[in-house]
Amino acid sequence: MEWEIVMGLEVHTELATKTKIFCGCSTEFGGAPNTHVCEICSGMPGTLPLLNERVVEFAVRTGLATNCQITQKNKFDRKNYFYPDLPKAYQISQLYLPICRNGYIEVKGADGEPKKIGIHEIHMEEDAGKLMHDEFEDCTLVDYNRCGVPLLEIVSEPDFRSAEEVIDYLEKLRAILQFTGVSDCKMQEGSLRADVNLSVRPKGQKEFGTRTEMKNLNSFHAISRAIEYEARRQIDLLEDGEAVVQETRRWDDNKGYSYAMRSKEDAQDYKYFPEPDLPPIEISDARIEEIRESMPELPEQKKRRYREELGLPEYDTEILTGNMAFVTLFEETVKLCDSPKDVANWIMGEVMKLLNDSGTLPEDMTLAPAKLAAVIQMVKSGKINRGTGKTVLEKVFTDGVDPESYVKENNLAQITDLGAIRPVLEEVIAANEKSVSEYKAGKTQAMGYIMGQAMRALKGKAPAQEVQKMLHELLD
Amino acid sequence: MQIDRDLVMYLEKLGRIELSEEQRTASEKDLQDILTYIDTLNELNTDGVEPASHSFPVANVMRRDEVKNAPQVEEILKNAPEQKDGCFVVPKTVE
Repeated sequence: MEWEIVMGLEVHTELATKTKIFCGCSTEFGGAPNTHVCEICSGMPGTLPLLNERVVEFAVRTGLATNCQITQKNKFDRKNYFYPDLPKAYQISQLYLPICRNGYIEVKGADGEPKKIGIHEIHMEEDAGKLMHDEFEDCTLVDYNRCGVPLLEIVSEPDFRSAEEVIDYLEKLRAILQFTGVSDCKMQEGSLRADVNLSVRPKGQKEFGTRTEMKNLNSFHAISRAIEYEARRQIDLLEDGEAVVQETRRWDDNKGYSYAMRSKEDAQDYKYFPEPDLPPIEISDARIEEIRESMPELPEQKKRRYREELGLPEYDTEILTGNMAFVTLFEETVKLCDSPKDVANWIMGEVMKLLNDSGTLPEDMTLAPAKLAAVIQMVKSGKINRGTGKTVLEKVFTDGVDPESYVKENNLAQITDLGAIRPVLEEVIAANEKSVSEYKAGKTQAMGYIMGQAMRALKGKAPAQEVQKMLHELLD
Repeated sequence: MQIDRDLVMYLEKLGRIELSEEQRTASEKDLQDILTYIDTLNELNTDGVEPASHSFPVANVMRRDEVKNAPQVEEILKNAPEQKDGCFVVPKTVE
């Protein structure tokens, strides 16, 4: 039987605000335990939350960038659950009136044509603390630094039919969140997290199958693998005449399998009710327009500008706008050395290769635009050749050297004084009598060998064209 | 809505508490009385009245995104029954 996979996504993203959603504590990642905690986010009795206005602005930006309707009168609700990562024993979230609804993001469908993935809603909520198991004393330690960090939950419609569509959507969504400045989307720091709801059904059937929810997907690669695994698992169950159990499963990327976390019998009862401690939020038409106008350029707008104003080919604009780190590096470098196509080529070629080889994520890249610009300038002006440029960039990338001093200290600059080349070539000719006489006897291939020897003697630092020209002058 | 013994026990489970049999009987009655009292509201005709989400007619009470709080680990952990390495200690929790 032919099966169809049906998926929906719940994406949580931590917002790039300076402070938490309901108090003035810092959201900075990685502080010592409980150093970004106050009486509000640790849930002390008698405290009251006060909403961070940036959270609302960021939510509206995200909604506008994903073609959503903005809920102009919205409010918070209380989601009750008892777990030590949440000191109040409830999470402030939005159930009844989420801030954005009915949007979409376009992905590439199976036929190569654009396909709209619906966005059911986007709502604001607070993150929970971090639990760490203490092996020695068999207890759990709690750090509330992350507790109260603002989150957006972006809930898609069940519109995905393949892992490729899921990854394409996540890449587009990540680009939108990064470009609008809403989130840095660092998956390894948990600022972008995706849960996948997946079911299978015989192709052509209208009703959905029983779905499972997969959590703990920490990279795009893990998401692809988990989808493949879970679809196979469900199809195997159904083909063996067994049923899929509705449950939450946790993906173990090291072992390449998932296991059930909580089953339906243990279904949670969150007892949602309107949050009494927070007054409603009203967003006027004027405010929406103000936010729309102050929004940074989105990927599609950047692509168009790169094409029309900078003359880049479509392919380059696709690659560069795939990640905010490339956009920043590209734009800053172009400002310094004003040759967009060269900069694009270096980023798409050498920089991406260096990232790949070292397993570095673009967002963790420390390459300074000024240094990349310096390398490009030196190659463009002929001070060093392209090969040397690559070597220098690698040094810049791995050790952070200053490109100009590095070229100087290691004597890598091109020989620009042509008078200095001639004596070297004369020596090469003298040392390779055999090839020279072969060449003079009409064996033109011998020239290649002589040329090779000459470039070697010059340590590749002379312009090849000039060397060839001069050799001909000396031999012909 | 009818409050029965099963519902009281379910609420105990959600609230992570355990009541004695006498307390259960009392809760059953108290909760039922509260619901009956609330039910009198249903006698009012609320057609065309927008649901109120808050008691006062205020909206958009917000603060600027500025860091106001300095680390205060000692103060924060003062109320923790147990602490270790700057963290709250809770009974072992397994996902």
